[in-house]
Amino acid sequence: MKKGLPLLIAVGVLLAALVATRLVGNRYLYFAGYVIFQYVVLATAWNILGGYTGYVNFGTAGFFALGAYTATVLILAFKAPLPVQIVAGGLVSAVLGLGIGYLTLRLRGVFFSIATLALALVLQTFVMNWEYVGGAKGVSIIRPAAFPPFASYVEFLFFVMAALAVVSAMAAWWIENSWVGRGLAAIRDNEEAAECMGVPTLRLKLLATVVSGCFMGVAGAPFPYYVTLVEPVSAFSLDYAVNSLAMPMIGGTTTWIGPIVGAILLSTAQQVATVTISSELNLLIVGIVLVAFVLLAPQGIVGLVQRLAGRRRA
Amino acid sequence: MAASLLEVRDVTKRFGGFRALNGVSLDVREGERFGLIGPNGSGKTTLINCISGALRNESGRISFRGCDVTRLPAHQRTRLGIARSFQIPKPFTSMTVLENLCIPLEYAARDVARADVVDEAMAILRRMSLEDKASLLPGRLTQVDMRRLELARAMAAKPRLLISDEAMAGLSSAEVDALLPILFALNEQGITIIMIEHIMRAVMRFSERIAVLDAGEKIAEGPPDEIVKNKDVERAYLGE
Ligand SMILES: Nc1ncnc2c1ncn2[C@@H]1O[C@H](COP(=O)(O)OP(=O)(O)OP(=O)(O)O)[C@@H](O)[C@H]1O
Ligand SMILES: [Mg+2]
Repeated sequence: MKKGLPLLIAVGVLLAALVATRLVGNRYLYFAGYVIFQYVVLATAWNILGGYTGYVNFGTAGFFALGAYTATVLILAFKAPLPVQIVAGGLVSAVLGLGIGYLTLRLRGVFFSIATLALALVLQTFVMNWEYVGGAKGVSIIRPAAFPPFASYVEFLFFVMAALAVVSAMAAWWIENSWVGRGLAAIRDNEEAAECMGVPTLRLKLLATVVSGCFMGVAGAPFPYYVTLVEPVSAFSLDYAVNSLAMPMIGGTTTWIGPIVGAILLSTAQQVATVTISSELNLLIVGIVLVAFVLLAPQGIVGLVQRLAGRRRA
Repeated sequence: MAASLLEVRDVTKRFGGFRALNGVSLDVREGERFGLIGPNGSGKTTLINCISGALRNESGRISFRGCDVTRLPAHQRTRLGIARSFQIPKPFTSMTVLENLCIPLEYAARDVARADVVDEAMAILRRMSLEDKASLLPGRLTQVDMRRLELARAMAAKPRLLISDEAMAGLSSAEVDALLPILFALNEQGITIIMIEHIMRAVMRFSERIAVLDAGEKIAEGPPDEIVKNKDVERAYLGE
């Protein structure tokens, strides 16, 4: 792929998002679009560790909620502006990634997975009992006023999430095509051989965990202004853990485009199902689709397309 | 006499209560062709794992070019110049044969510019007669080619010390005869080589000096013609 193409696509997506806010009147579409972009960020972030490196993170909800609650605290304490919330949410979740990675990445992969799962539960319990952020009841957040060129603050949030999706996709693209990504792939294929061939496996795994955790926190930071009622059950929702894992698996885990394809397809399907049937069905849909893919197309949609294209050429 | 490149002193490695290595000491000189033999399960691969850093020895010391590397992680030892092949091949399965070689070239090899990585990899593949397979995934290789890939990938780290762990297992005698000159040529370029091999004909012809392990202990060391006459070695291989 040519070097300039990803940048062109990135600018294109952002312009389209901006133009959409001028043309589309239906407010529901901004809420739905925000969720789709949010899942692009989460799925991309998960895939940097889970897909490129082969370490499965079950604790996406923990990293996401940490970003959301960091933003909540910043709003309550300082009325900090959104960009500050996003940077802070990303940093705090990155530090969490560093800590949990440092403690568990020397061990086998399952230990990391179990630790991430436990971590989300511990964080949720902690937040439930933290009065400053409203404990189990949660806390109401007042959305700031809209400002031009955006007709509402939600339109602005939609645009911000589109920008974050673009940034995370570009980060994944860079990792994939650099020496870092090649080292991560070597770790995924055979960690012992990678280490013996000169790959600093522990350092690269830590880097992947930090970047992955950072983007999950970034995805969570705009959450308070989006929902306006921040409470633990929705911030730590199982949906985040399940979706961020299922979307890359469905789209394909070896390229940056896979998680994006998976996120768009699956979260669109979920949005439609929520409107037309019921939101309870969301996880059921994910489960069925995931099982189908694991059985029929373990390389995901991108792998399927590549195989078909390869066959035609051959 | 040339200086020691690799010094192994009293290395002991346990797996649970079992001593796989028991106070093993070795000296390998710069530029030497060194053979390491011993019956199955005598600890040869375990010793290589300790030297390369894939395993940590509980006691004893390993020095390379005068530096104590006992506590260094494997990737740093590789960068210092120790590269090994795996007895049971461990290829990077999602990468092509060519890309497999690019990893050590990019991460470990000294004096290879990034722009030359692919050319270097192709040159090594040509040397190992793998150039036709460059774009295949390792899963499509035959067992023999898989072993060649193991050795080629270790060569791509541009080591000072190359450790070959049974790279010739399963090769026909014609294939062994084709591989030996490649190893001799590498040695001629100044690369020190430790060869672990069950094929006696190859290891006797190749090595200047041979050490023999039995049940985790070194029972003999010397030039090939002495080793073949050694009574302890005979007993270790043939039993009482
Ligand atoms: N990771 C491990 N855990 C437990 N025991 C091990 C481990 N690796 C090796 N061993 C044991 O240590 C002993 C030495 O094994 P090693 O693989 O070093 O022998 P070897 O000389 O390379 O044999 P071969 O000629 O069959 O390759 C064997 O008894 C083996 O079962
Ligand atoms: Mg062995």
